[in-house]
Amino acid sequence: MLEEESGYRGKAEEFLQAFKKGAEFTHELLKENERLRFRVLELENALGDHSAGAGAEQSSVLISRIKELEQEKQDILDRIRQVEDENQDFANRYIEIESENNNLANLYIASYQLHSTLDFKEVLQIIMEIVINLIGAEEFSLMLLDEKNGDLRAVACEGMDREEIPPVTLGSGLIGQTVQSGESYFTENMETYQRDILNPMVCVPLKIKDHVIGVLSIYKLLIQKDKFAQVDYELFTLLAGHAATAIFGARLYSDSERRLSTIQGFLDLITK
Amino acid sequence: MADYNILIVEDSPTMRQLISFALKRIKGVRIVEASDGVDGLKKISAEKFQMIFTDINMPVMDGLKLISLVREDVNHKGIPIVVITTEGAQEDRQRALALGANDYITKPIQPNRILEVARQLLQIT
Repeated sequence: MLEEESGYRGKAEEFLQAFKKGAEFTHELLKENERLRFRVLELENALGDHSAGAGAEQSSVLISRIKELEQEKQDILDRIRQVEDENQDFANRYIEIESENNNLANLYIASYQLHSTLDFKEVLQIIMEIVINLIGAEEFSLMLLDEKNGDLRAVACEGMDREEIPPVTLGSGLIGQTVQSGESYFTENMETYQRDILNPMVCVPLKIKDHVIGVLSIYKLLIQKDKFAQVDYELFTLLAGHAATAIFGARLYSDSERRLSTIQGFLDLITK
Repeated sequence: MADYNILIVEDSPTMRQLISFALKRIKGVRIVEASDGVDGLKKISAEKFQMIFTDINMPVMDGLKLISLVREDVNHKGIPIVVITTEGAQEDRQRALALGANDYITKPIQPNRILEVARQLLQIT
């Protein structure tokens, strides 16, 4: 019995020892597990801190880049506006130059035609063409000064009979005074102007320097022309000078031709 | 060889020169001038034109007669015709357009207007 009892006691102690060892091992395992979990947590925290820092840095870079791009966009928009303004200026300037070019073409052709002949009748015809086609007058007259008696007489007209135009004495009436003063006259109100043979709407003295040789008087414009443009005033100025020299030159030429013909006639009589 | 042969029928040398001056800004243009309708018809029968500019009031044959004769001619009826005239009344314009004119310009003219109409009818961009 005692042997059996001591046998049980030995086995119980063995079991108790084995159990204690098992308990110690489990305790160690739990501690290791705790340590590892703590380590995992540490690593996770470390990893989390690292990600957040990198994101913030990246965001800051991106925000700065966005600002740069927005500034760049604003600069481009400002430049586009500047270029558009420049384009508008160029377009306006182009229109102005085109207009000046047209005006110069008209003036050049008028001048070219006026000096293209020495024939008195042709010169008068060219003056008429310029006044009709380039200025747009429908009724007008061209009077020349007779230096001997100081009278102005119509040598050409359009839209009216020459007999309708009475001679004008230098210094008398609007036409005579315009010739005497040498200054062009333009009626103040084109719309209310009433046709009057002695009071034209426009009166331009034809003069070589200060010497007036005649006058252009306009009474009516073409139906489609209601007022004068800048180029018209330039054409009037051109006519005042160039038409006068062209008429004067043609007269001198025809006089010299006539004299030459007379002298030639005498020479022929003498030599025959 | 010109790209565009253009005929100007006009009795005034000043106007012929002004129209010609404006049209010469078109590259490859050749200008032929005629002083009245009959002279214009002779030139039209002698060579091919891409466009005609004509005045209305001219000696010998006026511009309206010229337009109607060109439009009756099977060989030339398709040529664009532009009238350049002092006649600014609406009925004059309508008469010319009814006879077959393609455009109607009143004097006094500006060279850029002639150029604009020529480019449009010749389809030059």
